[in-house]
Amino acid sequence: MFSYYFQLGLRSLKRNPVLTALMVLGIALGIAASMTSLTLMHIMGSDPIPWKSDRLHYVQVDNWDPNQPYDQEGNPPDQVSYKDAQALMEAGKADRQAAMFKVALPIQPENPEVKPFLSLGRATYGDFFAMFEPPFAYGGGWDHAQDAQHGRVVVLTRDTNEKLFGGQNSVGKSVRMNGVDYTVVGVLAEWKPRVKFYDLTNGALADAEEFFVPYTTMIELKMQASGNNSCWNNTAPGWDGYLASECIWQQFWVQLDSPAKVADYKVFLDNYVNEQKKLGRFPRPLNNRLLDVNGWLQNQKVVPKDVQVQVGLSFAFLAVCLINTIGLLLAKFTRKSGEIGLRRALGASKPQLFAQHIIESGVIGISGGAFGLLLTFGGLVLVRALYKDYANVAHLDWAMVAATVVLSTLAAVLAGLYPTWRACQIAPATQLKTQ
Amino acid sequence: MEIRPIISALMRSKVALILIGVQIALTLAIVCNALFIINQRIETMNRPSGMNEADTFIVGSNGFGEGFSTKNTFVEDLALIRSLPGVRDATPMNSLPMSNGGWSEGANLQAGQKVPTTVTTMYFVDDHGIDSYGTKLIAGRNFKPEEITVRDRGAVDWPPGVIVTKALADKLYPGQDAVGKSFYINPEGAPQTIIGIIDRLIVPWPEGFSYNGDHSVVENSVLVPQMTAYGNHTGYLIRAEPGRRDEMMKTVEAKLIDSNHGRIIRGVKSVAQIRAECYANDRAMMIILGTVIFCLLTITALGIVGMASFWVTQRTKQIGTRRALGATRASILRYFLTENFLITTGGLVLGAFLTYAFSLWLMAHAQEAKLLPWHYVPVGFVCLWLLGQLAVLGPATRAARVPPAVATRSV
Repeated sequence: MFSYYFQLGLRSLKRNPVLTALMVLGIALGIAASMTSLTLMHIMGSDPIPWKSDRLHYVQVDNWDPNQPYDQEGNPPDQVSYKDAQALMEAGKADRQAAMFKVALPIQPENPEVKPFLSLGRATYGDFFAMFEPPFAYGGGWDHAQDAQHGRVVVLTRDTNEKLFGGQNSVGKSVRMNGVDYTVVGVLAEWKPRVKFYDLTNGALADAEEFFVPYTTMIELKMQASGNNSCWNNTAPGWDGYLASECIWQQFWVQLDSPAKVADYKVFLDNYVNEQKKLGRFPRPLNNRLLDVNGWLQNQKVVPKDVQVQVGLSFAFLAVCLINTIGLLLAKFTRKSGEIGLRRALGASKPQLFAQHIIESGVIGISGGAFGLLLTFGGLVLVRALYKDYANVAHLDWAMVAATVVLSTLAAVLAGLYPTWRACQIAPATQLKTQ
Repeated sequence: MEIRPIISALMRSKVALILIGVQIALTLAIVCNALFIINQRIETMNRPSGMNEADTFIVGSNGFGEGFSTKNTFVEDLALIRSLPGVRDATPMNSLPMSNGGWSEGANLQAGQKVPTTVTTMYFVDDHGIDSYGTKLIAGRNFKPEEITVRDRGAVDWPPGVIVTKALADKLYPGQDAVGKSFYINPEGAPQTIIGIIDRLIVPWPEGFSYNGDHSVVENSVLVPQMTAYGNHTGYLIRAEPGRRDEMMKTVEAKLIDSNHGRIIRGVKSVAQIRAECYANDRAMMIILGTVIFCLLTITALGIVGMASFWVTQRTKQIGTRRALGATRASILRYFLTENFLITTGGLVLGAFLTYAFSLWLMAHAQEAKLLPWHYVPVGFVCLWLLGQLAVLGPATRAARVPPAVATRSV
């Protein structure tokens, strides 16, 4: 029966190829527009580290200006000062903790063929690797002892290792950066978090790191951070003055393995700030925050407003396309009234007619969806060409392909249901009269 | 007129009527709001930066190793660059309009002021700054070579004389001649005297810079007669002779690389490219919205053609009867055009409400979104009326060609 209805449907669709093409194209364009924008929103907003995002927390303490809040929404500053990062590292109250900041260092390769180049990296603590779990190709991170003794060690990312050592296992070899030699302890495999969630201040879609070095070493070498730096009051002169200032330029992450520990850490933070208040720091009201990865992504509005607007507009566009298809199907089925009346008179039941026409509209919906999926790939290529930063996020994943299939089936059923129902209501007698 | 029979005929297919009406309403809502967003982006992108963008480019240098002197590098590099034929001028540079990275400070009228009067960006230049940026001195004087100093890391003091943009001068001293008057960058330090005023130079963040919701601060800039000797980085803004920019970009890069092997020369970029990168997202949004508008209008127009064609086919016999009873071709044509006009108008009235509902949604979701100005709606009405009439013209002409004899055939 199905194949017979399918053939009837195809024949009916072939009778008006232009109209059929118009309906399929309408659904396809609507699906493609909404899936392209939805993919961007989904990938940017999705959990970058789902297996432990609820255990990693971003620390914020409000050390800002007594006369002006950090921002108009009452958020505490989005980074911490060196002083606070140090105090929290030394207290070591979390299961793991890592202060970090962005650095830019010239790398001077031994190979004279490779010219010196400026490289962007991250100064952090050894716990970083256990917390964020980048995959290693060779070796591993450094330990607490290296943190303590300001070790001259470095973890290279895949691309940097490719550039310097041709992708060989370089563990134990030496890399010269800004006139200082560092020993390679580890080389990462490909690691490209779609959103650089551990440092949103310096660009959620910024390029990945090229190397990792110990934080303590960078401080000893007086290496200024190359990321964002904000100060609300004057600093004392010199490097030590800068370190003692209230300027914020570092990110601080903790790993807390149970909800109880999160609660404890909050209490610890409040106690720490209250202690500091007694010393004359933290002039603002107590405003500490401990957001987990997803909370932090939301707070920092990682999904751009433009993308949200695009999602809204594209779904309205999909609605127009669907309404358009419903109207056309309705007109088409109405025109077939004579044929339907004849079939009813010859003994076809309403459910049989319903099945026949829902298959016909289903064919339109599913071809529209399939074509829409193809157009979505095209749409994402366009998006990648238009937004250079989106190279990592404008890609379909399986969830989105599945969502497209579901959405187009839903669209097809929605578009076909009412016209089909109407077609089945036709009374045979009135239609046969004029035949 | 023939409106009453048209309406009673339409009432016989209410659902189709509602569908087309809603489709037109949604189309109006999307097109008006998308056009408004596009126009706002065009406005943003057309904001003049106040600098010469055709002949200018930047280059950066990062020295490494011990004994590297940032200050000497500044002096030697600038002398070298300025000596090149084809280079009109060059200045030390820490940041520039549209580069999305720079330095901002508060500007205060009183010493010891707790909350700044306004905010401003800082451009560190020497006495070649005004000519290299290509902005215009409209009052006061330029820096003198002996006024240029080196700014060390952690310095909290600011030099005694600075040049400000007209926007900043007007904000600090509205309606007065600001030259010779002073203000405080550091309210705990010595005041800065305004020695000159330049026409315009916008901040590095044309879309993100505001102070307590005030976006006019985007033209608040201060030229500081200092070279920033931090780390081992030095940056230069170079203005080539007209038409020689691309050639000079290559020459300057090569000469700087040759002059010292203990450093990296990087980030050679024209200001035109910096502008393109700054507004890339606006451009993308415009292209995407433009594509959506185009597809939407096409789909809606084709939808109207499709529906009208079916109605014409369905009513062939009735049309023949009318023709047989004496209706002219013109009156059949007019019937379908009027019918389309009525449906479209109904949809548009509903659409006007939807348009504002959508605009309110955008205001809740989009940064700095404003309520849609009213004139977009009548313009949208006219466009969609025209679109509807054009779309229905084909089927209506076909209807007008139905011969009266059709009426006699099958009865």
